Amino acid sequence: MADVNNSRLGPGEAGVGGLREGEGLSANGRSGAAYLKDNLREYGMLLALIAIVVFFVALVRAQIGVDFLNPQNITNLFLQNSYVIIMALGMLLVIVAGHIDLSVGSVAAFTGAVAAVLTVNYDWPVWAVIPAGLVVGGIIGAAQGYWIAYWRIPSFIVTLAGMLVFRGLTLWLLGGQNIGPFPPAFQALSTGFVPDIFGADRPNWLALVVAVVAALAILGMGMRSRSRNMAHGMEVEPTGIFWLRNVIMAAALVFIGWKLAGFRGIPNVAVSMAVLTILYAFLAESTTVGRRIYAIGGNLKAARLSGINADRLTFLTFVNMGALAGLAGMIVTARLNSATPKAGTGFELDVIAAVFIGGASSTGGSGRIVGAIIGAFIMGVMNNGMSILGIGIDYQQVIKGLVLLAAVIFDVYNKNK
Amino acid sequence: MSVLLEMQGISKTFPGVRALDDVTVQVREGEIHAICGENGAGKSTLMKVLSGVYPHGSYEGVIRFAGEEARFRGIHDSEAAGIVIIHQELALVPLLSIAENIFLGNERARGGVIDWRETYGRTAALLAKVGLKEPPSTPVGDMGVGKQQLVEIAKALSKNVRLLILDEPTAALQENDSQKLLDLLLELKAQGVTSIIISHKLNEVRRVADRVTVIRDGATVSTLDAHAGEVTEDRIVRDMVGRDMAHRYPERVRTPGEVLMEVEGWSARHPEHPDRDFLRSIALRVRKGEIVGIAGLMGSGRTEFAMSLFGRSWGKDIRGRVRIGGRDVDVSTVPKAIGAGLAYVTEDRKALGLILDEPIVTNISLANLRGVSRGGVLDDAAEQRVASRFKAAMNIRAPNVFQRVVNLSGGNQQKVLLSKLLFTEPRVLILDEPTRGIDVGAKFEIYGIMNQLAAEGRGVVMISSEMPELLGMCDRIYVMAEGAFVGELTAAEATQEKIMSLIVREHEVMEQEMEAAHG
Repeated sequence: MADVNNSRLGPGEAGVGGLREGEGLSANGRSGAAYLKDNLREYGMLLALIAIVVFFVALVRAQIGVDFLNPQNITNLFLQNSYVIIMALGMLLVIVAGHIDLSVGSVAAFTGAVAAVLTVNYDWPVWAVIPAGLVVGGIIGAAQGYWIAYWRIPSFIVTLAGMLVFRGLTLWLLGGQNIGPFPPAFQALSTGFVPDIFGADRPNWLALVVAVVAALAILGMGMRSRSRNMAHGMEVEPTGIFWLRNVIMAAALVFIGWKLAGFRGIPNVAVSMAVLTILYAFLAESTTVGRRIYAIGGNLKAARLSGINADRLTFLTFVNMGALAGLAGMIVTARLNSATPKAGTGFELDVIAAVFIGGASSTGGSGRIVGAIIGAFIMGVMNNGMSILGIGIDYQQVIKGLVLLAAVIFDVYNKNK
Repeated sequence: MSVLLEMQGISKTFPGVRALDDVTVQVREGEIHAICGENGAGKSTLMKVLSGVYPHGSYEGVIRFAGEEARFRGIHDSEAAGIVIIHQELALVPLLSIAENIFLGNERARGGVIDWRETYGRTAALLAKVGLKEPPSTPVGDMGVGKQQLVEIAKALSKNVRLLILDEPTAALQENDSQKLLDLLLELKAQGVTSIIISHKLNEVRRVADRVTVIRDGATVSTLDAHAGEVTEDRIVRDMVGRDMAHRYPERVRTPGEVLMEVEGWSARHPEHPDRDFLRSIALRVRKGEIVGIAGLMGSGRTEFAMSLFGRSWGKDIRGRVRIGGRDVDVSTVPKAIGAGLAYVTEDRKALGLILDEPIVTNISLANLRGVSRGGVLDDAAEQRVASRFKAAMNIRAPNVFQRVVNLSGGNQQKVLLSKLLFTEPRVLILDEPTRGIDVGAKFEIYGIMNQLAAEGRGVVMISSEMPELLGMCDRIYVMAEGAFVGELTAAEATQEKIMSLIVREHEVMEQEMEAAHG
């Protein structure tokens, strides 16, 4: 509400408008609690993830007597969720642009099948199969994006059709059989680990060093952008909250690095995930392409009248989604060590749920990559934790559904407040 | 005559703005009461208070309806009391039939099953009352705007209306449809229906109104009685404006230079009725430092012309030539049009102009992201500098450039929209209804900005439905009717009467042609 009051200065206050810039905006005058309240959504997500993790740590220890955050389970969390996170990156852009893609599970299954056929039946080497899989995914994305962008056919319908078509083609390609196993080079895509350059096998020093460097980088970049924003008179977090948030993030990273160091080191998928996440966060927040995607989702007509080629951008968003679904499909196939007709069933729902839990608007125009990642981890930690506790798949589905609903209701409630 | 409605001392405040300040209106049983005022004077706010859109408790003052104090909590309450508002934008469902529309939400049904016999029967009776001959099963979308307006009135009558409120009912109508509507109002009055009419068209007000309440800057200025001979157009205008007409527009030195933009033979078809040209061979010239107006009624094709010119954003089969600075330019897409130095500022800033949920800074840079990026990577600092510069130059009133535009007033939103297109460095700007829905003070500022743009040697084209504004601002005025330019007047020779007579003559010509074609 504070925003509304500030922005409606009466005509008589014209002179004051200029003076207000730069002062009172660094939120020095506002308490941390008030700031948190205004930005509840942003922090709520992170707090929810932390709360869920703490909840499972306590419950798993009490019920089964093991550490939920043991090195192997942390590794598992990465392996199990890598494909959801990778597809969530593309899905966030699709949803921000005002669309949806229901076909990603089928597309992942299909590209996995293609990779399997190329590897097992045609003996293609892994360095040729991976690009081929990305290209197949991209072409599928293009085929769907073409109708959505240039024929203005609703994405819900086109990708619903795609979901059926590519599930069917997967069955056809595999002849209803599983194809596998794969050579170790292909399996490394998912289950491999980055070798420790420091030689010693255990503890894995590389994991710890990378985690510490990443933690320091987060702190450094946070401080840099904060001071820059302050210089430009943007509202920034109160000092206490800034440090609290960043120290928690850094500590979590170091903790994970330390745990991974005690097991087999950094999983390959964690590397691809991290690199892709940074890349897509940069694309979404710092490039003209990203800005334009937000614009077409925010107000398509205004974006068109601002000279933005919305059709081409929508098309490319789907091409990108297809390629990422292709990558995810290959990772899943590598992890299972076989391509199966049932692979990727229901992935689209996990991915879409992750993006919405992450705070993206269902009407397009808003949502953040970081949010989608946190949303994916919320889903992933719940999946993993509930499985460890032996909760039946029936309850798991109900609980996941309710969490998704609660997150979106929380969003809407926050907006209307 | 007894008093049906009394609004006593109504005040309504929005954050930072006092939209209504002690307004008093009294409507007598069985009269036609007109409410006049400039855009932004508070007419629509007053009607929203009356109909319960702003519920009881959110305003000060007392509403008495039919002798009782009314405390409406929503439109439902006011409709139950017998107050029906017909808005400028009609609330009909185009794909449903007349009968379905009339009884929408009020279906003639037994146990949830619609009684079609009664529905059609009562519809036929209502249509006879408003003088429509269409069968009740006609889809509303197949009818003209004038007839749709009559359907709205029939719908109001179906609800046992005691007070009928018409908001700018003839704004979108052709002359003869307007006349029919006014005749109907008089007829309903004879049958005892009380109505309030909100209108800019003072000749129509003079024709039908028994009494007129004039509102200015959110306050009641006067109530004029036609039967006492007080209702004259001069008197209403004087009360509406409240000051010397000469000071409504900022002074400007008029020194038009060489021809900057020429459009020739510009024709286009309507995307939904592609059988004939909707825009017919338009030719337009703008000089450096000149402000050129385009006058015309709603539906005459002014916005369509501007949008078809700006990167083919409207229309099909677009033909014609555009020269800017003496060279043929390609304006076939929006980026190309912007590149050629053309900018179009839309009339509908919320739907077509701004991303309301985004901050000022994001909106201003949107049409020229290249100007704030390097190699596709945004330079946040440069973007904020640009936005701050425009905020200062345009006097955009907001604490900082990170305010979301949805929270700004109409005038400030308009300045953000103008900034966005000015950042593309245009040579020619087309401003479509640049002062629609903004208050008097902000209007004056927009006029000042337009003069500044002309003084910088740019060409400005102004589309407006407010003729005084065109007459006050423009060096030259093109008159548009039925998709063609039907006249061109210099500032010295232009008057409201001349513009209207050019429009009316064109309508007559068209009608004769139609008759000849059919006969």
